[in-house]
Amino acid sequence: MARAVTTRRKMTFTIIGWAIGLLIFFPILWTFLTSFKTEGTAVATPPQFLFFDWTLENYHEVQSRSNYMKHVTNSVVISVGSTLIGLALAIPVAWAMAFSPTKRTKDVLMWMLSTKMMPPVGVLVPLYLIFRDWGLLDTRLGLVAVLTMINLPIIVWMLYTYFKEIPGEILEAARMDGASLMKEIVYVLTPMAVPGIASTMLLNIILAWNEAFWTLNLSAANAAPLTAFIASYSSPEGLFWAKLSAASTMAIAPILIMGWFSQKQLVRGLTFGAVK
Amino acid sequence: MATLQTRATARFMMSPAVILLFLWMIVPLVMTLYFSFLRYNLLMPGTEEFIGFLNYQYFLTDPAFFTALKNTLVLVGGTLLITVIGGVLLALVLDQPFFGQGIVRLLVIAPFFVMPTVSALVWKNMLMHPVNGLFAWIARTFGLQPIDWFAEVPMFSIILIVAWQWLPFATLILLTALQSLDGEQIEAAEMDGAGALSRFFYLVLPHMSRAITVVILIQTIFLLSVFAEILVTTNGGPGIQTTNITYLIYAQALLQFDVGGASAGGIVAVILANIVAFFLIRLIGKNLER
Repeated sequence: MARAVTTRRKMTFTIIGWAIGLLIFFPILWTFLTSFKTEGTAVATPPQFLFFDWTLENYHEVQSRSNYMKHVTNSVVISVGSTLIGLALAIPVAWAMAFSPTKRTKDVLMWMLSTKMMPPVGVLVPLYLIFRDWGLLDTRLGLVAVLTMINLPIIVWMLYTYFKEIPGEILEAARMDGASLMKEIVYVLTPMAVPGIASTMLLNIILAWNEAFWTLNLSAANAAPLTAFIASYSSPEGLFWAKLSAASTMAIAPILIMGWFSQKQLVRGLTFGAVK
Repeated sequence: MATLQTRATARFMMSPAVILLFLWMIVPLVMTLYFSFLRYNLLMPGTEEFIGFLNYQYFLTDPAFFTALKNTLVLVGGTLLITVIGGVLLALVLDQPFFGQGIVRLLVIAPFFVMPTVSALVWKNMLMHPVNGLFAWIARTFGLQPIDWFAEVPMFSIILIVAWQWLPFATLILLTALQSLDGEQIEAAEMDGAGALSRFFYLVLPHMSRAITVVILIQTIFLLSVFAEILVTTNGGPGIQTTNITYLIYAQALLQFDVGGASAGGIVAVILANIVAFFLIRLIGKNLER
């Protein structure tokens, strides 16, 4: 018994909705447009919105800076690497907690969550010193390690909420039919769990890609991912708005698209299952 | 159902992650705690000695600490105010059927996926620049004096940027909660003659209250640690007007190399965050039991 929606009401909300949507999206749109301007047009008053000479020059220039591709590679290695290692560590844990819970399962889950709430500055000093002494400062290995640990609780939680929705009876049936633990995991659990694992992976790549406390503090020229590379535009290169825009557009475009695909999982992952 | 064997397997499979996470949490924390009782400056190696609570005394009586604490509260509170109220309103709009709803939804959540350094620099330069920025142009178009955002209202500027980043998060979660509201209940209220406002305050808002709490708690945890946005826009300035606790400790550790003092600050930050975390954990734990 759906309520009749009057056309007028629908039109009103179409206008309000689009106005708000475009307003919120505007800074991103503006960055995108500015990336195709010359530096002169980028700072012109009045601002040029669409009718300017579009140029790809900025993209060429940003990419021709010898180190740009290195930062892209660093971002990919760090975000994908930490997510894959995190998954490898978390899948067994989540599996165990979802299918053979003990009295302490809930406590372990809550404890894992609590590690996520430790403010990073609380451990900045020792971590910095450990990194310095072990030669991990400004290395991809070090950043992969830190981001793996940071996101591990979220990965465990997300996988746990997905795995819990898989009916345990199916696993039991497989076990009765004589399937070994390996077979149970490979042929029964994996096919049912893949969608959950995929969305967990997607969300965590996004989070790791955008992480900007540890990447800024523990990396310099060599291992700096795009977050730190863009931060180098804060001065004095920030004056080159068109190049800043081109670099920014390239840094956020792939992750924005992934984010749009994973918007449903976002709620689940970031609220630890508290809102579904 | 679980046999002894599967129990043992389960424990075995859990151990690597649990051990790693335990080490990750406890080792640095214990080190921070230890350093916080030392006179320890990286610029003066060899002078380390145990000084008891002196670091805490210095940190907690430093006027900069109170400014930073106040700034932190203003930053967290201001951002929460904007994102929660804005999020509720946006969720209400996005819940209505209209043309292109799906696309607008994508537009609204987009800022969440922009890395903090990018959003801070884009806002600071291209929007808030006092001469060439878009806001300055809009102000002049209406015959107003453009605002020099980061000089006149530095904290407000940072709040705007951070709120822009977190508004999508609040909206998305509140929208999810709103969509689980029973439509027939609303209809019944409507038939009984409840107006739009009373429907909102007596039905919709109470239904969303749990989601609002979750938004507030989770955002608080993250907002206590806002760092990149401050680093690339103001460096904590002018003066220490935009220095929050996180930035203060960072400056003490990596700019002044005062390991002892920064560690004492770190412990204070951990305690502050734990107060919030306590409530959040309880809330989520309750949910787990259902």
